[in-house]
Amino acid sequence: MSGTDRNHLDTATIEENFAEINPAMTFAEAAAEAHRCLYCYDAPCMQACPTHIDVPSFIRKIATENLKGSARVIFEANPIGATCARVCPVEVLCEGACVEKTLLQRPIEIGRLQRHATDHVFKNNISVLKRGEPNGMSVGIIGSGPAGLSGAAYLAQLGYDVTIYERKEMAGGLNTYAMAEYKIRQQTSLEEVGLVEALGVNIRVNTEIIRPDAESDEAKEGIVFDRLLQDHNTVLIAVGLGQTNRLNIPGESLKGVNDALAFIEQIKTREWDSISVGKNVVVIGAGNTAIDAATQAKRLGAEKVTLIYRRTEKDAPAYDYEMEIARLDGVEFVWQAAPAEIIGNGSVSLLRCVKTDGSGESLDIACDQVIKAIGQSRMTEFFTETCGVNTDEHGRVIVDEMMMTTRPEVFAAGDCVSGGADAVDAAQLGKKAAAGIHNHLAGVYVDLPGLY
Amino acid sequence: MADLSINFAGIRSPNPFWLASAPPTNLGSMVERAFDAGWGGAVWKTIGAPAVNVSSRLASIDSGALRMAGLNNIELISDRSVEVNLKEIYACKKKYPDNAVIVSLMVESNREAWHDIVKRTQDSGADGLELNFGCPHGMSERGMGSAMGQVPEYTRMVTEWVMEAAEIPVIVKLTPNVTDIIPPALAAFRGGTNAISLINTINSLMGVDIDTFIPHPNVNGKAAHGGYCGPAVKPIALNMVAEIARNETINVPISGIGGIATWRDAVEFMLLGAGSVQVCTAVMHYGYRIVEDMIDGLNNYLDEKGFASVNDIIGLSVPRVVDWSDLDLNYKVVANVDEEKCVQCNLCYVACEDGAHQSFEFVESNGKRYPRVIEEECVGCNLCSLICPSPGAITMQRRDDGTNSRTWRELEENK
Ligand SMILES: Cc1cc2nc3c(=O)[nH]c(=O)nc-3n(C[C@H](O)[C@H](O)[C@H](O)COP(=O)(O)OP(=O)(O)OC[C@H]3O[C@@H](n4cnc5c(N)ncnc54)[C@H](O)[C@@H]3O)c2cc1C
Ligand SMILES: Cc1cc2nc3c(=O)[nH]c(=O)nc-3n(C[C@H](O)[C@H](O)[C@H](O)COP(=O)(O)O)c2cc1C
Ligand code: SF4
Ligand code: SF4
Ligand code: SF4
Repeated sequence: MSGTDRNHLDTATIEENFAEINPAMTFAEAAAEAHRCLYCYDAPCMQACPTHIDVPSFIRKIATENLKGSARVIFEANPIGATCARVCPVEVLCEGACVEKTLLQRPIEIGRLQRHATDHVFKNNISVLKRGEPNGMSVGIIGSGPAGLSGAAYLAQLGYDVTIYERKEMAGGLNTYAMAEYKIRQQTSLEEVGLVEALGVNIRVNTEIIRPDAESDEAKEGIVFDRLLQDHNTVLIAVGLGQTNRLNIPGESLKGVNDALAFIEQIKTREWDSISVGKNVVVIGAGNTAIDAATQAKRLGAEKVTLIYRRTEKDAPAYDYEMEIARLDGVEFVWQAAPAEIIGNGSVSLLRCVKTDGSGESLDIACDQVIKAIGQSRMTEFFTETCGVNTDEHGRVIVDEMMMTTRPEVFAAGDCVSGGADAVDAAQLGKKAAAGIHNHLAGVYVDLPGLY
Repeated sequence: MADLSINFAGIRSPNPFWLASAPPTNLGSMVERAFDAGWGGAVWKTIGAPAVNVSSRLASIDSGALRMAGLNNIELISDRSVEVNLKEIYACKKKYPDNAVIVSLMVESNREAWHDIVKRTQDSGADGLELNFGCPHGMSERGMGSAMGQVPEYTRMVTEWVMEAAEIPVIVKLTPNVTDIIPPALAAFRGGTNAISLINTINSLMGVDIDTFIPHPNVNGKAAHGGYCGPAVKPIALNMVAEIARNETINVPISGIGGIATWRDAVEFMLLGAGSVQVCTAVMHYGYRIVEDMIDGLNNYLDEKGFASVNDIIGLSVPRVVDWSDLDLNYKVVANVDEEKCVQCNLCYVACEDGAHQSFEFVESNGKRYPRVIEEECVGCNLCSLICPSPGAITMQRRDDGTNSRTWRELEENK
């Protein structure tokens, strides 16, 4: 990756800029906040959580100083509950629904309380989930992101022998490689992976599932899909989304034109000196990924960050509170402008756009780095050719209500099914797939915590 | 996983958590839902000649944001017939053979009446009986409830009548509306009871509407004193439980009641000698579901402390409750402020200045002004550490070397 070669801030300032926006609570803070919760019955917050964590129950357990029990309630309904505590858009989920919002204008800080309880078990090495009695059956899972980890956690608790195949060097999917650094550290995602491994789940990293005729990468082991079907009773596809979409305009291969995911992945290493960030950065797109790229570029020391989007502000898919973070970080917005050409001599110096407000005017933005964040592609070919399952017109894997694909024995969950949502949604789909697989293999309907 | 099961005076229960005799145990269907939620046992709402109740009948006191820190009621015993109740008890016991069903009884002060109700209740399959000698309102005016529990002779007499007919364990439920809990407890013990439970509710008047001049709870413009319970009464209950537990004569199991809402409360009662605990107000506030954390929290606590069974903690703190004259007069603690944790609210300063022993001074440190304890002045009363809002900012530190223990009793004896 390029851009200018060094960023412009000293390490201490960068560290400060990347301080967690939802820091840990002190014991006193957590106790006071937990006591503020009304302990609602059939609570709105619990309904609003996609994994239906029993929020009042885990908060009451914080109030009674039963932190282990509290963490158990969380992880039972959401195996990536520690990540979710930090990255969930709580404003539109649990905290948005909390009755305290109507009563006091200030919802209970559910996310931070959730972090308080889950931190406790990580810090003290306490196990809260139990591996089930082995039932002699095995499941292979492709992908170790939220969906794969969640499915694995439930299947292991149900007694399955579970192996996850992950092509990256570290497990955790986008939890490990993509979440904004001021929300969550890689460490937390990896600790959570450890929780799943402690259930006996075998995670094979650097292992890619490929087509029979594909050339395997040297650094990785390649395993063909049908081999999985021989080795396991069933397979769960949880591969998420594909590469960042291309702009398909001239100049896209100039030095300084980067893909948002690759840019963020570099940040996750925290090797600040090796991250290239421009002085004058343009981010293309207005989804949550675009916002994350823009705010983090700014925090790394970019002097000016401009986010351009071809539609209007109210069409922007990013959450309002994410936009607010970007605004507070000083990110500037250009609405209704579509990129037409990237211009530069070797490396980028200008982005030429066309206004889409009907004027057709052209707009030039000087820049030394362009970050593309116009969404991720669907891995349609992987699904149809490699896995032999059908996709819909948007390239999403087609599943029934038990998360079984059009190919019997093969299940799917997560972003590859939803087309891209939040981590918590992927975790819930992973849970549903585990229930579907158990129903299919053992013939038993199992009512996992918060399944509906 | 520790073993939570108990055998309380012959009554077996999967855990020590019982519902107290009160609205949560009004109906068979309610008790069954409670058992489904995890409650180990239930003391059925007191049965006897059906009562006529008033409306309204509850009032409460809040503490800041916490509603119902104390609850008061003027409800009487079950308003449904003995027959209907016994039928439901029979059905409930059939369906939940492993849970403890204890039936609370109250009839007029008449030997035949007590024999009759005891026999009929036993036939329903109940695991035990609880004699309600504690209701402080309405029933007492008719010579029942606390009218019995406040006169040791009556307590003993009725207990003896019941023991003549009882074939299942009997628990006498005591009223706290006495100056000393020992005489009624001794009377119940001498009357032959198998166990004691306490406390029932405390005489109280909850407040007055200062606009209408009507006290709470309003029954058509008037109010009557009622029974106080909930978190606010816990210390009173703990004291009475401990007093009985450390009494050398009375050696029957104690079921602790009063202000229990969490597993922590339950552990405290058990450490002070309770063999089971009963809950009313907390369930009336939040529902049967609270028992899940009570079980979970107790389990985690026992595991962490290395106890295999909940029975191992019963009474562990009893030897540590003594008379004042047996306390060490030479034990010396002083308050100490940790400047790292202090938030400079100075509440400790003013509390000590105006409410204790003027033992604080202000010092400058790191450009801030902190309160500091003048050790020579500090009597070690605890007040500042109790009011300090920042956990750990004030600790009480020991200053004597522990070699020279001396009690008041010893001083008197050596005179
Ligand atoms: C930049 C960015 C920021 C985000 N921020 C948030 C946020 O703040 N909050 C939030 O809730 N959500 C956020 N999300 C969304 C969230 O990350 C996803 O919804 C979630 O990770 C989807 O989970 P998944 O398990 O379906 O897929 P992924 O997390 O994408 O995991 C899929 C895994 O499968 C592996 N894989 C793929 N193909 C193969 C193969 N052939 N063989 C072996 N392994 C393979 C991949 O390497 C990957 O590890 C963000 C997403 C992005 C891109
Ligand atoms: C509304 C109400 C009704 C009660 N009725 C009875 C009763 O019928 N018999 C009885 O023995 N105690 C009765 N009690 C007392 C409770 O069983 C219990 O002893 C008391 O409430 C203290 O426990 P708590 O602090 O958990 O509420 C009643 C309490 C309340 C609040
Ligand atoms: S809605 Fe708010 S107050 Fe009610 S249980 Fe949930 S967090 Fe607590
Ligand atoms: S709590 Fe139920 S019975 Fe009591 S006043 Fe309200 S609605 Fe009526
Ligand atoms: S009360 Fe506690 S926090 Fe407040 S000044 Fe005193 S020591 Fe500091």
